[in-house]
Amino acid sequence: MFTSVAFLSILPETLILILGVILLIVEPFLKEERRRNLGWLTAGGLLVILVVSILVGRPGDPTMTFGNTIRFDWLGFFFGMLFIFGASITALFLMDHEKVGQRGEVYILLLASTIGMSLMASAADLIMLYLAIETTSIPLYVLAGFMLSDDRSTESGFKYLLFGAMTSAVMLYGFSLLYGFTGTTNLYALADAFKAGQIAAPVIFGVIILLIVGLSFKVSIVPFHFWAPDVYEGAPTPVSGFLSTASKAAGFAVIARLFLVVFRDFTIDWMSAFAVLSAVTMTVGNLLALPQKNLKRMLAYSSIAHAGYAMIGIVAVSKLGVASVVFYMAAYIVTNLAAFGVVVAVGRVVGSDDYDAYKGLSRRSPILGLIMLAAFLSLAGMPPFAGFVAKVFVFAAAVQAGFVWLVVVGILNSIVGVYYYLNVMKYVYLYRMEDEDEDKHPIALTRPYAIALIVLVLGVILLGTVFAPWFSYSNAAALNLF
Amino acid sequence: MAFPVLSVIVFTPAVAAIILLMIPAQRKTEARAVALAAATFALLLSLWVYIQYLTQHMTGYQFVEQYGWLPALGISLHFGVDGMSAPLVLLTGVVMFTGVLISWGEFDEKSHRSAGIQDRPREFFAFLFILASGVFGVFASLDLFMLFFFYEIAVFPMYLLIVIWGWIQTREYAAMKLTLYLFIGSVVALVGVLAMYWTAGQSTGVYSFDMLQLEKAGFSASFQNLWFLPVFFGFAVLGGIWPFHNWSPDGHVAAPTAVSMFHAGVLMKLGAFAALRVGIMLLPEGAQHWSWLIMLCAAVAVVYGAFIAFVQTDLKYMIGFSSVSHMGLVMLGLSTLNQNGLTGAGVQMFSHGIMTALFFAVTGMIYDRSHTRQIPELGGMNKVMPFAAIGFIIGGLVSMGMPGFSGFVAEFPIFLGVWQSQWLVAVIASISIIVTAAYIMINIRKVFFGNMPEKLQGHMTDITVLDKVAITTLCLLMIGMGLFPSLIVPMVQTGVTHILHLLGVA
Repeated sequence: MFTSVAFLSILPETLILILGVILLIVEPFLKEERRRNLGWLTAGGLLVILVVSILVGRPGDPTMTFGNTIRFDWLGFFFGMLFIFGASITALFLMDHEKVGQRGEVYILLLASTIGMSLMASAADLIMLYLAIETTSIPLYVLAGFMLSDDRSTESGFKYLLFGAMTSAVMLYGFSLLYGFTGTTNLYALADAFKAGQIAAPVIFGVIILLIVGLSFKVSIVPFHFWAPDVYEGAPTPVSGFLSTASKAAGFAVIARLFLVVFRDFTIDWMSAFAVLSAVTMTVGNLLALPQKNLKRMLAYSSIAHAGYAMIGIVAVSKLGVASVVFYMAAYIVTNLAAFGVVVAVGRVVGSDDYDAYKGLSRRSPILGLIMLAAFLSLAGMPPFAGFVAKVFVFAAAVQAGFVWLVVVGILNSIVGVYYYLNVMKYVYLYRMEDEDEDKHPIALTRPYAIALIVLVLGVILLGTVFAPWFSYSNAAALNLF
Repeated sequence: MAFPVLSVIVFTPAVAAIILLMIPAQRKTEARAVALAAATFALLLSLWVYIQYLTQHMTGYQFVEQYGWLPALGISLHFGVDGMSAPLVLLTGVVMFTGVLISWGEFDEKSHRSAGIQDRPREFFAFLFILASGVFGVFASLDLFMLFFFYEIAVFPMYLLIVIWGWIQTREYAAMKLTLYLFIGSVVALVGVLAMYWTAGQSTGVYSFDMLQLEKAGFSASFQNLWFLPVFFGFAVLGGIWPFHNWSPDGHVAAPTAVSMFHAGVLMKLGAFAALRVGIMLLPEGAQHWSWLIMLCAAVAVVYGAFIAFVQTDLKYMIGFSSVSHMGLVMLGLSTLNQNGLTGAGVQMFSHGIMTALFFAVTGMIYDRSHTRQIPELGGMNKVMPFAAIGFIIGGLVSMGMPGFSGFVAEFPIFLGVWQSQWLVAVIASISIIVTAAYIMINIRKVFFGNMPEKLQGHMTDITVLDKVAITTLCLLMIGMGLFPSLIVPMVQTGVTHILHLLGVA
């Protein structure tokens, strides 16, 4: 059973587990005030895992391993690497967060959640999929409510837990119905069953709705988005960043595999349902982001809107569509982590996430102002940053599939987006602090933040200019589904 | 392999912007020096390209470079210039160079007055150069994806440049208005671009954004008629076409001087050029189908812009609306779809770019010293800044279309072409010539001659040497092109021949 392929297929997960064990062993030996250094260990360890996996563990032809529960292919691999990258950056952001970064548990929970995400992206079996989703979610519930003395954080964790438990129960019910109708839990066997047309369509449409509920919660698709702003606002900011990027991308990996493998040849037109969801999600997210005055809440609504854009690629049901979603997620992870990174760095010094706290930022720290500019322009979809190319690919896929109306909705939405992203930049570049003496209030970057932010900004520019290699990886991921 | 001159031109400002951002913030003089060096380098290279194209009697796309960028989708970094775009590359180089000169900034210790850019010049030049890279990229790109990529790069720095360094009273409003207008236009055009890409791919089997490929795609008439309007008008928003011109005067007024120069001198040409290249050249049948509509909009812009400019009391608003009027002439030339009209439009893009850059430069010099742009509050400027006055008057003569200046070389063929196509429109549009002459001469008298108001006496100082260099450069170009039309007209004609070939009339 343990062939070398089987070993390789879970190589990143195994290595992360080993890293977690090392953390557990090291932690008690460190004095309280030095436990922050566990963040270096986590980030560095994840980086090594990333490199090792890329060098050794690249998938060849798609193979099923572990009793057909895991599919070792580019989709899972590419997403896995994205999650490891995101977790590594998040570990750096956690280090200097007050009351969070000094505790070893936070890094171990982060690693546990990353293992879950990586498995989500490669799971090929309903049971494995459900286990992976829970492995991802439970540590995240704890992380969101990690600051016990802070009421908002506790509220955030609890709210996330209640919503998450509820929707995953609904999804589990959908899984059980799928098994009941077909007698198999394997995704690819399910796909064959649907191709053969054994199951009555209306029944399955009900199942699809149940699955959409569960997955929509993960990626915050309207109307299952209500948790996002409150949870993001209350949770420690690095955790919000992780939730809005890696966790969302994991949801999209599952959506891509589930819907494009299992239901692709299904007679019912679920694409139209998704198209409507996508349009509504973009619109609601963007419109609600407009009046916000708190940057974390604004980023929460903007991340809802971005889920809507990415959904366009799923709706297209084509190779280019999936490739564009994968690319979109890569671009979005890098961009949004950078945006949250700035919030972390500023919030630590200023102690507030309101727009007003950002007045004069470009004078207090020119480099931070530029990083924020790059991240926000990328979110707004401007070249030469990653967001532009990602959006063009997604729109191109939709035009190819004939969803021109959806592209028009997307375009109108991105105009709204430009408005509120640039509005924040006005605080950073134009408005001044009350005493107009920004030189006396510099914002210093600690070393982990500086490293993480510079890596992210280079990533944003690299993905937006030299996009060919990333696109070919995304394309490889997409090809494995077809 | 030949020296990749076009990619060096395109990426010089971008690289300079990165270098600028690495200079410590207090080192303002060093930042300015780097900016000037980069601008000079780009100007010399673009001048070299222009002279080569002219003296070697080249035709078609020259200096072509192609690098595969994303072969899977047929995207490549494909540069090349033809007779239409080579003058525009030079124009961008000139405006960039003069823009840096007049933004150099000096701080007079005695009077505590400052000119140019004093606040964060490092960021100012960096953003301006990112913009310049985008502009060069659009003029040189032969790949539709890259054209669009550079087009967007040219749009967003405008917001920052206006909102940070602009006129304090209207900058927030004007910057956002401008950005939203331009962004809406460009994304509307994007849908058309994507539709072209897929349709061409389906019919020819080659999926490519390469414009030389797309020119041969042979889109069906119904497709062209449907998509021409979004593509053409999407880009033409940036060209200031009526009724989507509203952002433009507001933007001009709010922008700092160098940005106004870029905005009116180069960016509006970007819109007209992209509308020509993507709209008319790739969808020629659609252009023929809709040319009456463009002609109508353009004629309204020409006359209406001139009249609105006539009643302005703010010097910058006057120039802003005169730009709408003159860009209307470019659109009018494009809408004729004949040899004369297109040639005139090509020359007018260059001539107007230089002229309006000069206008804004002089206006900026006056405003920096008098702190007002209200025409009734100004007067007698030729006594303190005779050099600027001469420059402004030359610009005014170009603007009126006087023979001997580049304006005549541009406007005459346009009206000739319009007459060939619709004589009535030519008659109506020619009203603008009279109105333009009137407001230019009246305002030159009010601003530069007569008595200086008491409030200003004693405060005014002459312009700096750098300002004079900038004015001289711009004036020489306008007079040179006016006296020797062969410096530009034959070159533009080679570009026009290709367009006419695509239109199927020659």
